[in-house]
Amino acid sequence: MIVKRSDLSWLERLYLPTLWSGLKVTFRHFFNTLFRGKVVTMEYPEQKWVVPTGYRGAPYLVKDQEGRTKCVSCQLCEFVCPPKAIKITPPGPQPNAAVGNVEKTPQEFEINMLRCIFCGFCQEVCPEEAIFLMSDYSLTGTSRKEMVYNKAKLLSLGGVHNDPIMKWKQKQKEAQQQEAFKPL
Amino acid sequence: MINYLNDLIHNNREWVFTLAKIAGVLGILMPMIAYSVLAERKISAFIQDRVGPNRVALPLLGSIPILGPFLTRLGLWQPLADGLKSFLKEDFTPAHVRKVYFWLAPAIALVPAFMTMAVIPFGSFLGTEKMVLADLNVGILYTFGIVSLGVYGIVLAGYAANSKYPFLGGIRSSAQMISYEIAMGMSVIPVFMLVGDLNLSKVIEYQSAGFSSWLIFKQPIAFAIFLVAAFAETNRLPFDLPESETELVGGYHTEYSSMKFALFFMGEYAAMIAGSAMMVTLFFGGWTLPLFGLNEIPQADAPIWYGIAHIVIFLAKILVLMAIFIWVRWMLPRFRYDQLMDLGWRRFIPLALLNIVITAVVLFLTVK
Repeated sequence: MIVKRSDLSWLERLYLPTLWSGLKVTFRHFFNTLFRGKVVTMEYPEQKWVVPTGYRGAPYLVKDQEGRTKCVSCQLCEFVCPPKAIKITPPGPQPNAAVGNVEKTPQEFEINMLRCIFCGFCQEVCPEEAIFLMSDYSLTGTSRKEMVYNKAKLLSLGGVHNDPIMKWKQKQKEAQQQEAFKPL
Repeated sequence: MINYLNDLIHNNREWVFTLAKIAGVLGILMPMIAYSVLAERKISAFIQDRVGPNRVALPLLGSIPILGPFLTRLGLWQPLADGLKSFLKEDFTPAHVRKVYFWLAPAIALVPAFMTMAVIPFGSFLGTEKMVLADLNVGILYTFGIVSLGVYGIVLAGYAANSKYPFLGGIRSSAQMISYEIAMGMSVIPVFMLVGDLNLSKVIEYQSAGFSSWLIFKQPIAFAIFLVAAFAETNRLPFDLPESETELVGGYHTEYSSMKFALFFMGEYAAMIAGSAMMVTLFFGGWTLPLFGLNEIPQADAPIWYGIAHIVIFLAKILVLMAIFIWVRWMLPRFRYDQLMDLGWRRFIPLALLNIVITAVVLFLTVK
């Protein structure tokens, strides 16, 4: 394809009309920014980017509507985690008196956010829907230790997950019924 | 002691007052340089739909309820941070530079810009003192002589750095110098043909009659050429060929850091202020304003506010021209240096010559 290049007219070669239109464009931008607030800058710490749904941010633990920690210490996420950022301490054989002998809420659950690569495998593999990659993308701390998030911190950051099934509520009821059942 | 001081002032009146005036001029010029950098950054930001510097806050002033955050947002303290940063940075001298010239170049770039301020009348009278550092009869010749020295700083920096990009910057600068300076000198000749004197105070007197006597209206072509030449003179876009960040890294100051770099930077802005001051003096009536009777040449015993008002008018006019300098920067792409030379040699010099001839003919026909 041949681009046709027409000769510039006398007025165009004078350079002045271009000068004038340049002044107009820059002045319009100046005016709009200063008086109409049409700024493209996002002033970061004060204004934050809203991430789209499905964004893979930091992984946090969640509770269900009744305040039950959903994690059951199956340790699948710990095994699947490619950078080995997750460390779970299971509760051991002692039953939790509050919930009965049905689930194994982890004693401690640590995610090292410095190691985490936000791949989402933990969320993918979790059979209990207890861990989710949320929208936090700016994790900061003043020490390495601070960047290892423990269970309490992960739960408080994760919040509540509305679980329509509530599997463990049923299981707990059954377990309690079983314990209350006295054979003849 | 007091008597001694009185005697000293009395016997060396001229010296004392001149020194005081120099201190005053520098005291205004230095903050103006600092704040024109801020103005540059802010105006650039607004033109590019950005916010500009808005973070530097002073501990106490920043906590005044509404004013503090507003000033912070305005970036009013940014120059302090910038200055402090330049002082604290490492002053690195690369091993391959030519040391003597390397040290000399920033000073040579800065000093001429300051020296041009000496002949510019920045006000009428303050008390009995005339507000000009040196009321030379050949003011404009002095200015052109000094201004052309400023280029040597850049050429020398390009040479002293002893590396590729600064060298290219230096070459471009010298090519630029020979092409615009003649046009610049010729463009103001009609002005002095009209005024009939080379003294800048006389130029202002000539323009004090009213807006119609301002030389921008009488000599628009001369002003246009002078304006373009002033842009080339101060290495501002669209003529910032010696610097051209995008192609020559930093041009002539690539190898400079810390305060030596800051000197080049200050030199550029001081040259902008000096160029604006020259344009105000030559074409915009200097410190006069044909409103409220501020255009009359005052007697030596005029009230002091009168003198202050004149200085303020002069500064305000400079600020307007500085804003135009900054504004134009974001409007035009950089010229190639053959284009600049073409513009200087083949467009402006003939145009300036034509302007001289036309002015001469008109003067010949109208003035007896």
